[in-house]
Amino acid sequence: MNAGDTAWVLISAALVMLMTPGLAFFYGGMVRAKSVLNMLMMSFISLGVVTVLWVLYGYSLTFGNDLGGGLLGGFDFVNLNNIVGTLVGVAPTDAAAPWVDGHQIPHVVFVVFQLMFAIITAALISGAIADRAKFWSWTIFIAFWVTIVYFPVAHWVFNFNGVTGTDFVGGWIANKLGALDFAGGTAVHINAGAAALALVLVLGKRKGWPREPMRPHNLPFVLLGAGLLWFGWYGFNAGSALGAGDLAGVAFLTTTAATAAAILGWLIVEQIRDGKPTTLGAASGAIAGLVAITPACGFVNPLGALAIGLVAGVLCALAVSLKFKLGYDDSLDVVGVHLVGGLTGTILIGLFATTSVNSAGKEGLFYGGGLELLGKQAAAAGAVMAYSFVATLIIAFIIQKTIGFRVSAEAEATGIDEAEHAESGYEFSSLRSGGTTSAKHAEHTAEKVSATAAAGKEG
Amino acid sequence: MKLVTAIIKPFTLDDVKAALEQIGVLGMTVSEVQGYGRQKGHTEVYRGAEYSVDFVPKIRVEVLADDTTGDKVVDAIVEAARTGKIGDGKVWVTPVETVVRVRTGERGTDAI
Repeated sequence: MNAGDTAWVLISAALVMLMTPGLAFFYGGMVRAKSVLNMLMMSFISLGVVTVLWVLYGYSLTFGNDLGGGLLGGFDFVNLNNIVGTLVGVAPTDAAAPWVDGHQIPHVVFVVFQLMFAIITAALISGAIADRAKFWSWTIFIAFWVTIVYFPVAHWVFNFNGVTGTDFVGGWIANKLGALDFAGGTAVHINAGAAALALVLVLGKRKGWPREPMRPHNLPFVLLGAGLLWFGWYGFNAGSALGAGDLAGVAFLTTTAATAAAILGWLIVEQIRDGKPTTLGAASGAIAGLVAITPACGFVNPLGALAIGLVAGVLCALAVSLKFKLGYDDSLDVVGVHLVGGLTGTILIGLFATTSVNSAGKEGLFYGGGLELLGKQAAAAGAVMAYSFVATLIIAFIIQKTIGFRVSAEAEATGIDEAEHAESGYEFSSLRSGGTTSAKHAEHTAEKVSATAAAGKEG
Repeated sequence: MKLVTAIIKPFTLDDVKAALEQIGVLGMTVSEVQGYGRQKGHTEVYRGAEYSVDFVPKIRVEVLADDTTGDKVVDAIVEAARTGKIGDGKVWVTPVETVVRVRTGERGTDAI
């Protein structure tokens, strides 16, 4: 065990935790003022429900010894038993688990770090169904979704043989297929993006979409949220090196380079297509770049990172206008940014991966590795996308048919904040918040009210 | 007595206010409103999709005047608010039955 590595992963866990409130503001600013609180809450509740499930059985299903076929972890760590006092990265058998080898860290530290990934993945989906989901239905959806979709998929991708226990077997994508995913392009972004698409198809469009523009009510929030996400993403990507060394530095650098290029890519598309570069576009471009570099950040060089970022910025900027043509109300572009960006990054690893930055990685097509890696990347991306889409469709459909998933048309029109939470984000009107009555009048009114109440009792 | 109501472009408000002060108007009520006339709205682009925005932001100015100064008020507003471009707004005059100053209870032209 190395104190430096342990400290870095602990800090990284805290950084990734901050991404979820950051996401809440990124999304919250994009909705209309009447639904900002509900949007914030959809992310925030993920911190609550996913953490509880992670402690009870989530970590175990993800990182326990494989139950068979590399599909799901076992019950070795239920209630987080057998964790404290042990190390992670004990006996990795696979060379494809490079960022663990020689960097053993306390198992508990790994548990909290991985928890933050589960939390934000569920929260990411919420943007697709802004303004219209019942709060408790969404919460129940998260509980089922992480159990049936995230925990298994994270097991496929993140659980390497021999990492959480001697002779432990991990997931099929990481060990049998051997596709590369450094920090979660498949398990986090493709997974959340495909789930978002399924959820949109079950819940349907918002009233008035796409006739009404439904523009963001607070773009400063959006940019603030994007900034917090970017900051937290260093924990997500560089933290996934699971050690404070060269590889963490590579991931930090490639993350920054790709994000920068993606901002430019997105804004150039907007300038050409719409005639104006927008704040929303800059924020979205940054996120698209961060998403795309996530799987690749530990396997590509800085030039590869610039290329991946630029391609992701351009593709995602084009993808977000698809929903208007195809008619699905992916309200805050979870599909356009996370699914498309995740696919972009995961597939481009097949071209840009190079062992010159990470000896345990593989060579992509451009570095003499041929088409083999590209095929593996496509297989991993396709498997996660298909499983997440179908499983989410079923979960969402069952919730829709039993307890209902959408708020009433009236609640949607007047605003989901009042309907679901009895609050409003901004109390600017003096008629609502008081302050229009002078002390003299207040006294007078109080007398009248108590007199009326007394009369009511007698009657 | 008359109530002069004017719908004007927001950026002309300062000029209109100055013009009214110059002819001795002592008070006015101003509100932010939205609407459209013959110009209709305009189009905006969001995420690559084009939307028509029907309602354009305007300022509504309301001024009370006695029967003799009503026309002067109208002329002052029209002159100050005109840019010559489409969407300059409208001014209309309606008769007012009575006016009361709340603090003193004065009625009629004394209350203006």
